[in-house]
Amino acid sequence: MRYTPNPSPVVDEMLQTLGLTSLEELFQDIKPELQLKEGLNLPAGLSEMELRRLLKNLAAQNLNTDDYPSFLGAGAYDHYLPAALEQLLLRSEFYTAYTPYQPEISQGILQSIFEYQTMICQLTGMDVANASLYDGGSALAEACNLACVNSKGKKKVVISDTVHPEYLEILKTYSLSGRLEVVVVPGRDGIADTTGMLAAIDHETAGAVMQQPNFYGLLEDAAPVEKAVHDQKALFIMAVEPISLALLKSPAEWGADLVVGEGQPLGSSLSFGGPYLGFMAARKNLMRKIPGRIVGQTSDLDGKRAYVLTLQAREQHIRRELAASNICSNEALCALAASMYLTFVGEQGLKEIATRCHHLARYAEQEFQKVGMELKYKQPYFCEFALKVKDPAAANRKLLANGIIGGYELDDALLLAFTEKRTKTEIDQLVAVLGGK
Amino acid sequence: MPKLIFEKNVPGSNSFSLPPGQIPNPAISKTIPAQFLRQEALNLPEISEVEAVRHFTELSTRAYGVDNGFYPLGSCTMKYNPKINEWAARLPGFAGIHPYQPEDTVQGALQLYYEMQEMLAEITGMDGFSLQPAAGAHGELAGVMIIKAYHQQRQDAKRTKIMVPDSAHGTNPASANVVGFEVIEVKSNQRGLVDLEDLRSKMTDEVAGLMLTNPNTLGLFEEDIQEIATIVHEAGGLLYYDGANLNGIMGVARPGDMGFDVIHVNLHKTFGTPHGGGGPGSGPVGVKAQLLDFLPKPITVKQGEEYRFNYDLPLSIGKVKNFYGNFGVIVKAYAYIKALGAEGLKEAGQHAVLNANYLRHQLRDDYHIPLDRLCKHEFIINSKKQAENGVTTLSIAKRLIDYGNHPPTIYFPLIVSEAMMIEPTETESKERLDEFVQTMRTIAREAAENPELVSQAPHKAVIKRVDEVTAARKPVVKWEAGVKI
Repeated sequence: MRYTPNPSPVVDEMLQTLGLTSLEELFQDIKPELQLKEGLNLPAGLSEMELRRLLKNLAAQNLNTDDYPSFLGAGAYDHYLPAALEQLLLRSEFYTAYTPYQPEISQGILQSIFEYQTMICQLTGMDVANASLYDGGSALAEACNLACVNSKGKKKVVISDTVHPEYLEILKTYSLSGRLEVVVVPGRDGIADTTGMLAAIDHETAGAVMQQPNFYGLLEDAAPVEKAVHDQKALFIMAVEPISLALLKSPAEWGADLVVGEGQPLGSSLSFGGPYLGFMAARKNLMRKIPGRIVGQTSDLDGKRAYVLTLQAREQHIRRELAASNICSNEALCALAASMYLTFVGEQGLKEIATRCHHLARYAEQEFQKVGMELKYKQPYFCEFALKVKDPAAANRKLLANGIIGGYELDDALLLAFTEKRTKTEIDQLVAVLGGK
Repeated sequence: MPKLIFEKNVPGSNSFSLPPGQIPNPAISKTIPAQFLRQEALNLPEISEVEAVRHFTELSTRAYGVDNGFYPLGSCTMKYNPKINEWAARLPGFAGIHPYQPEDTVQGALQLYYEMQEMLAEITGMDGFSLQPAAGAHGELAGVMIIKAYHQQRQDAKRTKIMVPDSAHGTNPASANVVGFEVIEVKSNQRGLVDLEDLRSKMTDEVAGLMLTNPNTLGLFEEDIQEIATIVHEAGGLLYYDGANLNGIMGVARPGDMGFDVIHVNLHKTFGTPHGGGGPGSGPVGVKAQLLDFLPKPITVKQGEEYRFNYDLPLSIGKVKNFYGNFGVIVKAYAYIKALGAEGLKEAGQHAVLNANYLRHQLRDDYHIPLDRLCKHEFIINSKKQAENGVTTLSIAKRLIDYGNHPPTIYFPLIVSEAMMIEPTETESKERLDEFVQTMRTIAREAAENPELVSQAPHKAVIKRVDEVTAARKPVVKWEAGVKI
C-alpha cells in the first residue's frame, strides 16, 4: 500500500516546476556518503489484503479477554465499553485532529476537554484538572516533581510500598534528575505502615503519597498521613482508581492537595497496557503549577462562549529551559473516551458498576471461604484482593487449562480483580478450579 | 454555542443497565466501613443515549482533522492515517489483552514488539530500541536520562550541561531541565544551520550532549552533521536526535549513519498514527550499541521461536511508564511500516520533500521566504510583505480557516519573526497543494487591498477570535452547578 496520491507523471511535472529532473536531486544537501546505497533492509510493502491477514494472524496468537474470562487487574481493568463510545471514537474529526492550538477551528475538541476536566473534578472533588498525562505511573512522577518544585527545593517524597510497584519503579527512574528523593516505607499486613510513614515525614519532606485502593486492592486510612504531611506544609498526594470514587471517599474529603490516577477503567480498552490515561487534579492554589494542557472558558469577540488552551505560561514552549515538566502530546483521545464513558453510564450507572464490582469480589471471598481458602490480608477492599495460594504460577496454569485467565502472581498469593463483566458462573468456576484438590 | 453536557442533565434519563447479578446485594454501608465511604455528591450528568450521541457528534462537527482537509502544521507531520490501522488496533487479539497475561498467551503481541524494535533500528540506523515512551517528549526524557546514566556509570560527574540549538523544539530544553541538566543554547548561523564556531566555543568537558533535530525546525538539513558529531564526540559528549522531523529523510539517510548516539521517533508523526486531538502518541527511544544496556526496560527478545520480555538489564534507566508503552499506537505504526515496505518508506520521504519544495516555489512570489533554498519536509515563510499593510502572521493563519484549511504552525521557530512553518507531507496531492497556493495568493491580495478583512479573520468559523487574556487572568477551568457563565 502507498498513501502518496501523486502518480509519476505528476511527480515529473512538479520536479520540472522546480527545475529538477529526479527525486534524488531533492537530497543533494545530504552528502552522498550519508545516503543509503542499497535502500532499507526491510521487506517489500504489502497490499491491504495481505496486511489484514498478517495482522489478524498476529492478533489470533494472543488469548484475549473477549474469549476468556479474566481476573487480572493490578492497575489495568477489564470493564465493559459501551458500543456508542466505540463508534463515536471513530469520528475522524476527533482522532485525526492535532492539539487544539487554533481555537476557532477546534471548539469541539476544546469543549470536550473542558467537559473532561469538569468530570475529573467531580470524581475527585478537586478544583482543577489538566487535559491528561500519559498514564497513572508517570502522572504520579509528575505529581511528585510538582511537590518538589512547590516546596522550593525540598526533595523528599514519602511513599508506601503498598503503592503499585511499577509506579514506584517509575518514580525511581524520574529521581535520576537529582531533584527528587523517594523514601519508600514498607507496608504492614498489605496496607501502609502509618507509624513508619509518620516517622519518615519531616521538615525536609516535599510531599507524601497514598494510593486508594492500594496495589493489593485494600483501603488505606489516609487521615494520619494527611495530617502529618500538612503539619510540615508539604503536599498530600493521592493516587486513586476512578470507578471506585463512585463509592469511596473522594480525595478532597481525605484532604488531598494533588490527585493522580490511571484513567484506563473509564473507557479505554486493555490493549496490552496502553494507550491509557493519566489524570491529574489539584486544589486551586496549584492551578498555575500543574503540568500539561488546561482548557479554559472565555468568550469570543462577539461575546459568545468559547474555549481555549490557557495558562500556557506553565508550558515548555514559553519557558523552555526552565519548564518543570516537558509534557507536550498527552492522551487526549483517551480523555475523550473517559468523558464519553462517564456520560454513557451516567452517575447512577457508575455507582451500579462500582457496587457490582465490590459485590462480586465479596461473593468470591465467601465462596473461597467455603472451600477452605482465605485472603492473605484481612482488610477492607474494593474489588480486588490477594488470595492465599501455595504456588501462584501453578494455580494460574491450572486456570488457563480451564479457559480462565487467572490473577497477578504475588509470592504466596494471587491478586484477583472483579469487574462488572464477571458473572456468578465465572466466579463459581474460578473457585471450583482453585479450590479443587 | 452548543450546551455543555452538564447543561443537558435530565436525572433518570440515562438507561444504562447491568445484567442481573444473581449474587447477594447488601447495602455498601454494611460491607465497607463508613470511614472509607463517600459523602460528597458526584454531580455527573444523566443523559439519554440518543442525546449523548448527538452531543458528541455535534462536538465532532466543530473539530477539524486530517480527514477534513489540508493540515500543513509544520513539525507535526499531519499525514493521512490509514483506516486499516484503526481496524487492526481494535482487533480483540490486540485491544483485549491484559498487560500481565503470561507471556506464552501473548506471543503475537510480543512478536509485533520485537519486529517493531528491529524495523525502527533499521530505518534509523541504530542498534536497539525500547518502545516504552508514550510520546515524543517522553522519548526525549528517556533519551536524556540515558545520556545522564551513561556519564554517571563512567563516573564522569562533571557533565552537567546539555546543548540545544536556538532553533530547537521547546521540549528539548524542557527535557534537559527536567532531567537536571543546565541548558546551553547554540546559535544558528546566517544559513539557518548550527553555527560551528559557536558550538566549538561553548563545548567543554562539562557538556553531556547535544540535542539536534535534523532536518532542523527550519526544514533544512544540517549539512555539517559529521563535523558536529566529531566536535561533540571529541569532547566526550553524546549526540541526541530529535526524531520529530525524521519524515524529511526517511528511507534516504539515517541518523545512525550520521553519528547520532540516542534517538527518539514520533510514531504519530513519521509512521502515520493519528494525533487524536493531542494524543496518544508513541515515542520509542533508540541507541547505538554502547548504550543498549541503558534503555528503559523491558526490551522484547527472541529466544529460539519464543518471544520474551527481558527485564534483566542492571544498567537500564528503569521504567518510564506502566507496562510496555502505547501498544495500541505501536500496532498502527507497525501496520504502516509493513504496508509501505522499504520502497514505500523511501517514496514517502521523497514525496514529502517534493511537496514541501513545490509549495515553497509556488509561494515565493507572494510571501517572504527568509531561507529560500532547497528544504526537506517543511519550510518557513513569514508575513514581512503583508506587514506593510499591518497584516500579521496570526491574521493570515486565521484567514486560512475561512477558506477551509487548517493553518500552519505559527510563531515557531522562535528565531524567525512572524514565522509560518509549512509541512504539507507526502499524502497531499498536487491539486490540493495548488488549491492551497491559490488560497494563499488570494489572502496576499486581500492583505494588500483590504487588510481589515484579513486582520479580523476568521469570519466563517463557528466563533470569532477569543479573549485569551481573560481566560488566563480569570481562569474558568470547569463547569459548576449554579454558576452563571
